[in-house]
Amino acid sequence: MATPHTWRLSRRTLLRQLGGAGILLTLGPAGAWATQEMVQEAMRQRIGTREPQPGGVTLRLPKIAETGNSVPLTVTVESPMTPDEHVLRLHVFVEGNPEPVAATYHLGARAGKAEISTRLRLARSQTVLALAEMSDGSVRSGSASIVVTLGACVEEVWGY
Amino acid sequence: MTPPRIRVPSPARQGEVIEIKTLLSHPMETGHSRDVYGKLIPRQIIHTFTCTYNGTEVFRADWHPAIAANPYLTFYTVATESGRLRFEWIDDEGTVYATEADITVV
Repeated sequence: MATPHTWRLSRRTLLRQLGGAGILLTLGPAGAWATQEMVQEAMRQRIGTREPQPGGVTLRLPKIAETGNSVPLTVTVESPMTPDEHVLRLHVFVEGNPEPVAATYHLGARAGKAEISTRLRLARSQTVLALAEMSDGSVRSGSASIVVTLGACVEEVWGY
Repeated sequence: MTPPRIRVPSPARQGEVIEIKTLLSHPMETGHSRDVYGKLIPRQIIHTFTCTYNGTEVFRADWHPAIAANPYLTFYTVATESGRLRFEWIDDEGTVYATEADITVV
């Protein structure tokens, strides 16, 4: 009778270890988020030393998302979008994701209207930032914060 | 494979700013997920989207893994002349998904 008993114990131990491994896998990626240095570097690569001026860039983003898998975002930049005065590029940054840049949109006078809508994948609650490079060389900025209920450690989002 | 879906208003008045909606079925694998064996799934995303209007590029997007699967995009362009709009999505494997739409400008 000793054998089944031993077997049961070892099975329990095995399950416990598997459970432990699962917890480690879940906690492991905490260090995988973009650091402030990564965010700063990504911004520098795109706008150089120019100082973004807050205002003129509006982000429409839900305040709360149940999951971060597909979050609708609309960015609007105030600009007449004429040959003399328009938005050249629009950058979207997601500082709470493993990679800090989400997208760059190349616009121009022929866009007619400086607005885009997309769907983001957000790993956790964060502030989404948009920078607009204007044709006169200035950079405008806007941001919006969102609470992501599920996202950070959910398999379907980033697979940690 | 599901073809890309686009919506271009036509006919349009000359000089009118028109809204264009696009949607492509694509997994947009981030390169951060693991399969059931714990192995990293290689990144496989659409990294570039372009829209050309009678051969001239009028809009382009560079995408990163933070763009959700089945990338959806709405943008605008000025209806300048009748002709053809071409849309192209390029992924990490080099696959080009393309579609075209005719526009009549009055």
